[in-house]
Amino acid sequence: MSLWFWLLLACVLAYAWKLMGYFVPASLLQNPRMSRVAGTMTIGLLASLTIVNTVASGQVLAADARLGALAAAAIALALRAPFLVVVIVGAGTAALLRLIGWN
Amino acid sequence: MKLAASPAVRVGISISIATGLYGISFGALSVTSGLDFWQTMALSLLLFSGGSQFAFIGVVAGGGSGIAAMSAATLLGMRNGIYGMQLNTLLQPRGWRRYAAAQVTIDESTATSTGQTDPAEQQRGFWTAGIGIYVLWNLFTAVGALAGSGLGDPKQWGLDGAAVAAFLALLWPRLKGLEPAAIAVACAVATVIAVPFVPAGVPILIAALVAAVIGWFSHGRSDEGLEPDVDPYEEHHGRKREAGA
Repeated sequence: MSLWFWLLLACVLAYAWKLMGYFVPASLLQNPRMSRVAGTMTIGLLASLTIVNTVASGQVLAADARLGALAAAAIALALRAPFLVVVIVGAGTAALLRLIGWN
Repeated sequence: MKLAASPAVRVGISISIATGLYGISFGALSVTSGLDFWQTMALSLLLFSGGSQFAFIGVVAGGGSGIAAMSAATLLGMRNGIYGMQLNTLLQPRGWRRYAAAQVTIDESTATSTGQTDPAEQQRGFWTAGIGIYVLWNLFTAVGALAGSGLGDPKQWGLDGAAVAAFLALLWPRLKGLEPAAIAVACAVATVIAVPFVPAGVPILIAALVAAVIGWFSHGRSDEGLEPDVDPYEEHHGRKREAGA
């Protein structure tokens, strides 16, 4: 039940951000610092989520098949593959590496 | 003007299909991260912002707490507030439309709208992409969630690798130039250093703090990192603004 609570709170806060944009005075938009922080934080969070999902198992760092998935996804992205193809490449690589014994 | 003849509507429909389809991967990853079907659907129906939804399930999958998942999702949602300000100036929705517009204010609907120059086309682009993605994203989330719950051991299918690929794909289009890449590397390093010392989920929030400090004191482009996951005008490079065509 507690996960439901945080999940619904996340939903409320997500809508609050969106709605706030429509109600704050336009003059705030003149402040480039706000957009810059929103932008750099987006990059930082996504980079962090990428690496956490690659090398962390709880509080332990591990080098496993997920590293292969990261490399394969990067190659697919460099070749301009669409999102869904990149995800499938990542899954396929991790599954294949496990099949041949690299966990 | 017939709707099919509107360039913004055509772009809006194609971006809806491209973005909506990857709701499958969200749905499948969400149920294998430990959320149930309705929790997964609640994220797509109510939170409705791809990056934040992936962040929420990514933290949960890594053993993070609910509050860490909520915080990561919320910090990622800040940019939608910036989009809201831009769109409010551009589209000036009134009454109930303002509340509806807010819910479908995301990377792709904003990019589809701001890529047009004609005010009527900006409106059509925003609403076509916004509503189109909302409907398809939820539909394909349900498909993915139902498929994912029948998969058995997610690791055997490499679904943890799929999550890694999904986050990299969300990050990739935002790495235009040296500074965004440097920010990404700095935050990744900060994360790796933090992992052994703090509870799961918290390293992501530390990275957010690092990124916020960099953004506060730097003088880079003010729209850095504010790019859609799927660029609605990618095929139209060179003739980016089709409005009035």
